[in-house]
Amino acid sequence: MRAQFVLSEIGVGLRRNLTMTFAVIVSVALSLALFGGSLLMSDQVNNMKGYWYDKVNVSIFLCNKSDAESDPNCAKGAVTTEQKKQIETDLDKMSVVDTVAHETSDQAYKHYKEQFGDSPLASSLTPDQMQESFRIKLKDPEKYQVIATAFDGRDGVQSVQDQKGILDNLFELLNGMNWAARAVMAMMLVVALMLIVNTVRVSAFSRRRETGIMRLVGASGFYIQAPFIMEAAVAGLIGGTVACGFLVIARYFIIDHGLALSEKLTLINFVGWDAVLKYLPLILATSLLMPALAAFFALRKYLKV
Amino acid sequence: MIRFDNVSKVYPKQTRPALRDVSLEVERGEFVFLVGSSGSGKSTFLRLILREERTSHGQVHVLGKDLARLSNWKVPHMRRQLGTVFQDFRLLPNKTVGENVAFAQEVIGKSRGEIRKSVPQVLDLVGLGGKEDRMPGELSGGEQQRVAIARAFVNRPKLLIADEPTGNLDPQTSVGIMKLLDRINRTGTTVLMATHDQNIVDQMRKRVIELEQGRLVRDQARGVYGYQH
Repeated sequence: MRAQFVLSEIGVGLRRNLTMTFAVIVSVALSLALFGGSLLMSDQVNNMKGYWYDKVNVSIFLCNKSDAESDPNCAKGAVTTEQKKQIETDLDKMSVVDTVAHETSDQAYKHYKEQFGDSPLASSLTPDQMQESFRIKLKDPEKYQVIATAFDGRDGVQSVQDQKGILDNLFELLNGMNWAARAVMAMMLVVALMLIVNTVRVSAFSRRRETGIMRLVGASGFYIQAPFIMEAAVAGLIGGTVACGFLVIARYFIIDHGLALSEKLTLINFVGWDAVLKYLPLILATSLLMPALAAFFALRKYLKV
Repeated sequence: MIRFDNVSKVYPKQTRPALRDVSLEVERGEFVFLVGSSGSGKSTFLRLILREERTSHGQVHVLGKDLARLSNWKVPHMRRQLGTVFQDFRLLPNKTVGENVAFAQEVIGKSRGEIRKSVPQVLDLVGLGGKEDRMPGELSGGEQQRVAIARAFVNRPKLLIADEPTGNLDPQTSVGIMKLLDRINRTGTTVLMATHDQNIVDQMRKRVIELEQGRLVRDQARGVYGYQH
């Protein structure tokens, strides 16, 4: 097959259907930008949840040496081995407790590093500054108070925290937004696919004379279909590139500059450029393959050999 | 070259068959006229050979291949060994004469060098030497049909199928086209031509196959048109 011949056919086809091509590009761009946005949002939520969030309901933080000086709850010094044993046996006896995990300060340090990476706050910490803790999964998450009354104020215990209480509302909001984004994405995707099918159909119809002659002189099915499929793929790829542009611009203006959330909300570890870049190939590949497949199936119906 | 064995064709949603129990054979190098009134099944006959349709009953062999057993993706390969010419020429209006002929070679992946060599050659053969760069719209009907024949013949097919090639042409031009087809036939290419043109059939004195309401009613060597309508 001669590449130049095929390329010129693609160019002719795209220009002939300029409005339709534009519609395909816009709808692919919007749906894939939403797709990428929703992926990044889930990453962001996972990032903020940290290691324990989905695994436990209540955390009992134990005093360490530095707490002993600064925190009135830990006035009696760092937690001792006996105190830890006592807490553990008491927890085992409680019927509301499902499972208990003991996190040493080394593990805590590791999980903290995973969550906050190389932020200036993380690099200034050392493992023995981290608190040991018991991470408790309850049979009924509502029974947080039972643990709180039993262990709050006990010697060696710095605090008892209901894991969900603080951030649950925020996460629910983000999750809701995420699902809304996915729903809009799904609808945009359907629109994009229908536009592609229709564009290919119109394109095949307007070139039925050429394709009829191609069939007569014995062009293979692939040779006849390739220009149409590539037309769809090229339009899709342009849309995908625009979607990638949207994501990069959004990351730039919402997090780094413009809204500059990273400066205003320093406690939140925002998704980095690596997360954005990680999804760009996926978006480009989707933008190329999805319209190509749609065109392929549309042509099976409208361009019989 | 072509063999029909008890071929019937019924189109979906139609009760009257387009072809009924047709059996015949066309040998290599023959020149055959296919005659019959409109609706007699001539087009179906040709469409079966091109495998644009499949038979309802019976077998069609073309170039030694059973078309019923030819898988879809092999059909283009089979068609490359056939040339086809139609009443309405079917040229691409936005391509030059040379490009129209080259198109038949481009789509089957011939190299540019081959195309550059064979296009002027075949245009000379059909009597259009030097008109490579003209547009089809600038040519007369007879010339356009010559371009179509050049395109059908440029890949040197073993079988040339012509569906009323003179249907749109005046008698004098038609004679020219028939001389050309005869010349192509003399190179060894089998020619099967469906026609309504009584004068041509009577003059050429070639084999005549007549269809009537889907039935083969006459198969005559050196025949004449032979029926009035």
